[in-house]
Amino acid sequence: MYALKDKYAIAGIGYTDFTAKSGRTVLDLALEAGSKAMADAGVGAADVDGVISYHFNDSVPSIAVATGLGLPEARYAVEFSSGGNAANLIVLSAAAAIEAGLAKTVLCYRAMNGRSGFRLGGGRDMASRGITQFTAPFGWITYPQAMAMWCRRHMIKYGTTSEQMGAVAVSCRNHAQLNERAMMRAPMSLADHQASRMIVEPFHLLDICLESDGACAVLVTKAERARDLKPKPVYIMGGAYGGGPFQGDDLFDAIRWPEHAHNYAKYIANDLWASAGVGPKDIDVAEIYDCFTYSVIMQLEGLGFCKEGEGGAFVQNGRIGLGGEIPVNTHGGLLSEAYIHGFNHVIEAVEQLRGQSGARQVPDAEIALTTAGAMTCGSALVLRN
Amino acid sequence: MSHLNKPVPAPDPDTKPFWDGCRKHELLIQECDACGRFHFPPAGRCPHCGATGSRWVKASGKGTVYSWIVVVHPVPKEVYAGEVPYVVALVDLEEGVRMATNIVGCDPHAVTANMPVEVSFQDVADDLTLPCFRPAKPSA
Repeated sequence: MYALKDKYAIAGIGYTDFTAKSGRTVLDLALEAGSKAMADAGVGAADVDGVISYHFNDSVPSIAVATGLGLPEARYAVEFSSGGNAANLIVLSAAAAIEAGLAKTVLCYRAMNGRSGFRLGGGRDMASRGITQFTAPFGWITYPQAMAMWCRRHMIKYGTTSEQMGAVAVSCRNHAQLNERAMMRAPMSLADHQASRMIVEPFHLLDICLESDGACAVLVTKAERARDLKPKPVYIMGGAYGGGPFQGDDLFDAIRWPEHAHNYAKYIANDLWASAGVGPKDIDVAEIYDCFTYSVIMQLEGLGFCKEGEGGAFVQNGRIGLGGEIPVNTHGGLLSEAYIHGFNHVIEAVEQLRGQSGARQVPDAEIALTTAGAMTCGSALVLRN
Repeated sequence: MSHLNKPVPAPDPDTKPFWDGCRKHELLIQECDACGRFHFPPAGRCPHCGATGSRWVKASGKGTVYSWIVVVHPVPKEVYAGEVPYVVALVDLEEGVRMATNIVGCDPHAVTANMPVEVSFQDVADDLTLPCFRPAKPSA
């Protein structure tokens, strides 16, 4: 269990524009987000000695970012070969690295040309080696196809409906309309969701997140150091990474997962809340990984915001909207803001806790949750101001 | 050989017996020598008890639909445009293992949760047979 409650903080954030066609290299996007995070914190290259990221061979190595930013002494430059499930893990790992003395201040980033470059949703390697030989030959290839199987299982077990999934999409879009950096700001109704074309049943087009070009970065350092810097520190109260038994041979594979109506969230909940010393009722704003609408429902259940099987009803009637019981994805999420693989959720949580979210600000937000992941493994953070 | 446009299994030392079995229209799964439990996908080590010895046994080929999707939008388009809509399902075999497959021999929208199914080997090429499933015939 993460045992560094309040000892580390996010001291700076930076991000690029989120677009469908950046016209720039991924390295250039990463350097912009990274340099903005350093400027936000008011630190120079000599103050940063660690860089960490995660990617699917669709980004740039941490050493390239360290080099491009001119870090004179990069003691810790590493990356995970991973999906969005690692978005919060890199923040926890940055704190762990500093605690171990490997670095003093670590820049965490995710950078991608996810629409104009490598499109994660567009399919996978067609070579059916390893576990893929038991999935791809049946035309089971894309992530929407993988996750539709989980969603269907939730519908089978609990009677969750497409309209309930649509409530998640509509709520995210409502929030995106208040967010000037969101890619999708046109109003959306439940009828629009239901009328959107079917991609892979049970997913309509509007159950599926965006594809985006962009980068996000945050700077992690010791709490006492963060207090000496310009912005209001956002403290890392707790966090967790993991999943249950049989997490699979790769991120797609979940053949041996015991019950697809539950995902990783159920398995990390105890560690997450115990590490932070708070529970779901203490969360003022939650940025929940929404690669697909159903994943929000499953994580709200798994983390204890509602009972298992009741997530479909829970997300209806404005309960997850601004002014509702628990505002979820106040930026519009991956569904309507942008798909920066979950790292844009961390940015939004920090801005909410700094009181910088403008028209979408949750009044007096003090404790925020960010999650990342939708299937067998994932990560979460509890942050506070 | 139009199937060559599609993902084709690349058997390895762990999985070759399974694919060889499919070509003979036998659905083979592993039974652990130590704990007696069945496991799939094929592996050199039992995921339940860690033992390395197992024997290949012929599964009954009967199971039920655990979950399923209907692929409507083809990806990649050039490969699957002529195939949609098609069903991918996770089927729970009687032996207690789960496998991904296609449901064939019925309307894609006729598939239901827990529907009884049975294996239906599809010879897609001289050297490749896929273990698909179809609705089970009502028992006499």
